[in-house]
Amino acid sequence: MSAETAEHDDHHDHGPAKGLLRWIITTNHKDIGTLYLVFALVMFFVGGLMALIIRTELFEPGMQFIEPQFFNSMTTMHALVMIFGAVMPGFVGFANWMIPMMIGAPDMALPRMNNMSFWMLVAGFVLLISTLFMEGGAPAAGWTMYPPLVLQTGNALPFAIFSIHLMGISSIMGSINIISTIFNMRAPAMTLMKMPLFVWTWLITAFLLIAIMPVFAGAVTMLLTDRFFDTSFFDAAGGGDPVLYQHIFWFFGHPEVYVLILPTFGIASTIIPVFARKPLFGYASMVYATAAIAFLSFIVWAHHMFLVGMPLAGELYFMYATMVIAVPTAVKIFNWTATMWKGAMTFETPMLFSIAFVVLFTIGGFTGLMMSLAPVDFQYHDTYFIVAHFHYTLVPAAIFMLMAGGYFWLPKWTGNMYDERLGKLHFWLSAISVNILFFPQHFLGLAGMPRRIPDYAVQFTDWNMISSIGAFIYGFSQLLFVYIVYKTIKGTDCEKATDEVWEDASKHGLEWTIASPAPYHTFLTPPEKIPTEHY
Amino acid sequence: MKKTKQLIAALSLLLSGIGSAQADYTLNLMKGVTRISNEVYDMHMIALWICVAVGVVVFGTMFYSIYYHRKSMGHEAEQFHENTTVEIIWTIIPTIILVVMAIPATKAMIDMDDTSEAEMTIKVTGWQWKWEYEYLDEDIHFFSSLDEESNRARQIGSGIDPTSVPHYLLNVDNPVVIPVHTKIRFLFTAADVIHAWWVPDLGWKKDTVPGFINESWTEVDVPGTYRGQCAELCGQDHGFMPIVVIAMEKADYAVWVEEQKALALAEQSAAQKEWSKEELIAKGETVYANNCASCHMADGAGMAGVFPAISGSPIVIGDIDAQVDLMMKGQGMMPAFGQMLSPVDFASVTTFIRNGLGNAVGDSIQPSVIQKQQSTLAAVEDDE
Ligand SMILES: [Cu+2]
Repeated sequence: MSAETAEHDDHHDHGPAKGLLRWIITTNHKDIGTLYLVFALVMFFVGGLMALIIRTELFEPGMQFIEPQFFNSMTTMHALVMIFGAVMPGFVGFANWMIPMMIGAPDMALPRMNNMSFWMLVAGFVLLISTLFMEGGAPAAGWTMYPPLVLQTGNALPFAIFSIHLMGISSIMGSINIISTIFNMRAPAMTLMKMPLFVWTWLITAFLLIAIMPVFAGAVTMLLTDRFFDTSFFDAAGGGDPVLYQHIFWFFGHPEVYVLILPTFGIASTIIPVFARKPLFGYASMVYATAAIAFLSFIVWAHHMFLVGMPLAGELYFMYATMVIAVPTAVKIFNWTATMWKGAMTFETPMLFSIAFVVLFTIGGFTGLMMSLAPVDFQYHDTYFIVAHFHYTLVPAAIFMLMAGGYFWLPKWTGNMYDERLGKLHFWLSAISVNILFFPQHFLGLAGMPRRIPDYAVQFTDWNMISSIGAFIYGFSQLLFVYIVYKTIKGTDCEKATDEVWEDASKHGLEWTIASPAPYHTFLTPPEKIPTEHY
Repeated sequence: MKKTKQLIAALSLLLSGIGSAQADYTLNLMKGVTRISNEVYDMHMIALWICVAVGVVVFGTMFYSIYYHRKSMGHEAEQFHENTTVEIIWTIIPTIILVVMAIPATKAMIDMDDTSEAEMTIKVTGWQWKWEYEYLDEDIHFFSSLDEESNRARQIGSGIDPTSVPHYLLNVDNPVVIPVHTKIRFLFTAADVIHAWWVPDLGWKKDTVPGFINESWTEVDVPGTYRGQCAELCGQDHGFMPIVVIAMEKADYAVWVEEQKALALAEQSAAQKEWSKEELIAKGETVYANNCASCHMADGAGMAGVFPAISGSPIVIGDIDAQVDLMMKGQGMMPAFGQMLSPVDFASVTTFIRNGLGNAVGDSIQPSVIQKQQSTLAAVEDDE
């Protein structure tokens, strides 16, 4: 089949445009996927630099390097850049590259919109980053942008809000594209319940995004009119309510955290079976669990707001609803464990990252369960315990699986094997340092250190120092990843990848049945047979 | 339990090679000094041990598999998948565990929510960046902000070692004093942005929302000093608005109440007294350091684009009444100091900035004048 595709390619002159223009006007899903991935990697380092500024100031008590206001800008921008600039675009990059190849489609359904959604994202980030250089500084009210505090932002406020609008439009367009591709472009043999889990999780994520991004855009637009057009949505003096903003924000914000984690689940469910040389244990229950988590994510938002003064019934409802999420999440973790059970495992870099993900994400899940208990959350809320919790579900989960996916598919994209020895080194450095970085933050939070403070009481010194050391090791080890990727793309003294890349991978997914590197156009005619191992 | 905890802490510190002299650290949630805080602690421990147990089973299985089911050990992959019985079992077990956890949590939640039959009420108002306390039954009212020593040490490049400051960042000028064995109702609100009032030893925190009133209650069993901080991001000095609660025996508390009333009277007569310009400037310098310097900077230079300079400011060197009016009512990020400063503090800081920090207008204003303006302002606000 790969030969067929390549031949087909040669007859038409449909290669990429020459020079730099290729990357601006491209409508090819692989090119756009690459653009998204490069953008995500750049933003990962921009956001990482901000994290290191934060950890440097927090290395010891006392204010050493930066003003408190700039510190607040850093925590705010770090979150916005990592969430909307690194993790989400990273997954969109994978979606662009892999969804057409996984479902046997020649490209995304709406290629021109695909290009537009990428460049809108870039425009959004140019705006957002530009606020760093504005009078009054970048937004400093936290990524959650609670009023009334956020309304004290200087000139940056309208720019930040408009950049969120652009990112929102970009995400919605990307989601529409993904949904139409999955519904319309599958190979005839690929029924919905035979789709790879990565495709399933992205389908559900895309629906989440379409549902929530307009809500977020609405919330920030109300901030805009409160600030500039004298409305009082969030001002009690005019009959509004600051807490209303939080309800709207978290109605977006909670599903948003699943936007960050569902594709993560999808990649793990793709990688683990290949290296365990077994089918995924419970394909159907994984699909249902993903859908259940997505549904629940819409009805638990106020667990981020246990302190705002909700009535007792509200507190109890949001506590119970949140606890229920533990069930489908546990099903997923048991499933991955059962997939490894009695397999014939090997531990290449993608598998190492995946195993670390399952373990460390579970720890993040445990603390999440503890926080769901409303009366105990009265202690945990807004402390470093929370910071530790969500970083465990983001860094060794979302970021690790972005890395895992990178190692897993890079040989297919470039035709070259990455350096396994360096890959493993990158894994061990990351896995150890990420725990030095975030595990002590549990202790800090329990001992009483609030989050988002630039300076702290002296009893918190030791764990902060350890955490900062971890941050530097983690941050600098990620440069190794850039080197490995660069080396693999360049391909000199790299082993050539086979079409299958991983042993028996072609039993697990269509992407392993085509040539390595994947030709510029693939599946111009849909494949007749699809692999069977993944469902 | 406590022994093991200390052991683990000591070990990990040794391993990391950082042996801190004043190792006042803790690893776990504090038990606190109220019935509620103990309930919360117990629930935290139950949840923690459940998580540890589940973790041991899941990770144990996984690592067993990782060790024994390796291809390099010659293990052949078995191709089983989909087992309805197993899947039902592992859905039901977590559900049961959750129900077990939900029962005590519900009880505690109901208990924490019940503010009825409180014996006294304290109203707490969050300000950028200090706390205002009003004892509604006693007519006691004061502001509480970061103590001077911490405030000096926390300035960038202060050269003061934070470890040399007692209770660095966790100390205030005026602590809240409460009697033990008394059910106290707290009412929470805010003057500017949302803050959160948190003393870990009491077992909870609560948001203070401008324009709304939240409530909570506590009953402290053990006399002592309990420290906490603002827990909701509230602007640049969010990290610098601590809370100190002193719980006293009832008799000692009664003495404190009398002292506060005497102090209020003294302040009253100080406001009536005629002050010399020099006295006002001297007093104003401290007031400036504690209330103004964090934005307008110690030397009055401000911060370009964010906080205007005091030195040479057209408002400060202009008409004194216009300046007083702006300070009274606030503007943008500038809080309404009319409600925050005593007449003496207000008059002295006004006089100080007109005659110090590079300004030399030469005039001064008396506390008694300020006091009159404050009471008209309060009357207008009540009408609104
Ligand atoms: Cu505050």
